[in-house]
Amino acid sequence: MGLPSKNWRLRNQRYRLVGEICEKCGTPIFPPRDVCPECEGPAQTPYVFSGRGEVYSYSTVYHPPAEFERYAPYTVALVRLEEGPMLTAQLTDVAPEEVYIGMPVEMVTRQLQTEGDEGVIAYGYKFRPLIR
Amino acid sequence: METRLLRTDREVGIIGYGAYIPRYRLPATEVARIWTGGEGETPVTEKAVAGPDEDVVTISIEAARNALARAGNVDPALIRAVWVGSESHPYAVKPTSTILAEAIGATPYVQAGDWEFACKAGTEALQAAIGFVGSGMGRYALAVGADTAQARPGDALEYTAASGGAAYLVGPAEEALAVVEGSLSYVTDTPDFWRRAYQHYPSHGGRFTGEPAYFKHIAEAARALMEALGTTPADYDYAVFHQPNVKFPQTVARQLGFKPEQIGAGLLADRIGNTYAGSSLIGLTAILDGARPDQRILLVSFGSGAGSDAISLRTTEAIRERQGRAPATQDYIARRTVIDYGLYVRFRGKLRV
Repeated sequence: MGLPSKNWRLRNQRYRLVGEICEKCGTPIFPPRDVCPECEGPAQTPYVFSGRGEVYSYSTVYHPPAEFERYAPYTVALVRLEEGPMLTAQLTDVAPEEVYIGMPVEMVTRQLQTEGDEGVIAYGYKFRPLIR
Repeated sequence: METRLLRTDREVGIIGYGAYIPRYRLPATEVARIWTGGEGETPVTEKAVAGPDEDVVTISIEAARNALARAGNVDPALIRAVWVGSESHPYAVKPTSTILAEAIGATPYVQAGDWEFACKAGTEALQAAIGFVGSGMGRYALAVGADTAQARPGDALEYTAASGGAAYLVGPAEEALAVVEGSLSYVTDTPDFWRRAYQHYPSHGGRFTGEPAYFKHIAEAARALMEALGTTPADYDYAVFHQPNVKFPQTVARQLGFKPEQIGAGLLADRIGNTYAGSSLIGLTAILDGARPDQRILLVSFGSGAGSDAISLRTTEAIRERQGRAPATQDYIARRTVIDYGLYVRFRGKLRV
């Protein structure tokens, strides 16, 4: 039963990319960690990222863990957000062969996984090619 | 006559609107290939199908983000109601609306609720939002109609049961891109279509679906609203009706005295199918995408069981600058990946392994 509590705890960052910004040097931080990785200053001010970025690197998964079989094959990418931080996320609404390094992407909120037919549905960020 | 109207204490309107239509399309020829040997006419060309990680929550979130983007700098914390109308909420018990409210940053001081009335659950939420803002309970309210409609494999509804949604931020008229001129609701107990608890697929009452259900409710609601407002079909630049297929809205429009060019912009069923609670509301987003200031729009939904909500709108100068702030409905329709029946069966969970 780790999924409901973890997703609940992380809902602000997972649903709408809420990170933090360093009060000393102004570096935007994601995921939030309360301390600036650049200057080690305190960073507890919430900061909402735009959701736009580009694919830094990627890999396609053909043999996923059981809870992700529904989405296979899918591509996982390192996404560089336009504000600077890099994060790992699944790409969606895109065929594996359409993905390339530098591809502009935007954040969408999608199902991440479900606990069978009876458990909770976890939602969170994925990235897809820009709509326009 | 005036007493039939749903009256507000103050003028309200639409501040922002947004559509969402999934990327995948199932051509009707694929359904016919599997079930009729490819013979026979189909009610639409193709329908929009949600991907494996999509549901009414995710559709509502994207439509709502588009509505908020168009609204501009409305602080989500000022939204006092977040309401989602659907017949395919992902949970039987646990609201869609709280997840949506959290995702757009509207929590925690907000009224949240899920609405249900077959294909008119979305306009029901919109009408309630008009009343909520119109009474002064809140400055802004968000209403969404969205569905991932399911049809029994091989049923006639499988050609059309589609996925998509639209969201509307309702607020004071002085901030609106379209002002609500008036609205009313017309309902009766009619057994045209239903789904019992714990059933995956709906049932429909054959002969009830057309004349005593769709046509009667839409026509009565439209006529009563125009009578109360003193308008005629000629006063409207656009009209949009619930669209379970292409023929029904064309026919009811003709019966009421609307011309084909008045319903063209909002008639999307041929390309996306019937998005149920999203149907007439996505038609309206497509109209708003292309409308000019000071144009009049009539919207009439239909939900089985049965009822219609009719709403008369007039666009304002503010529509110009807001149209381009989010993807247009046609941008989503143009984003299109065709799938075959096999992939459709997998995406929609019809295959149990």
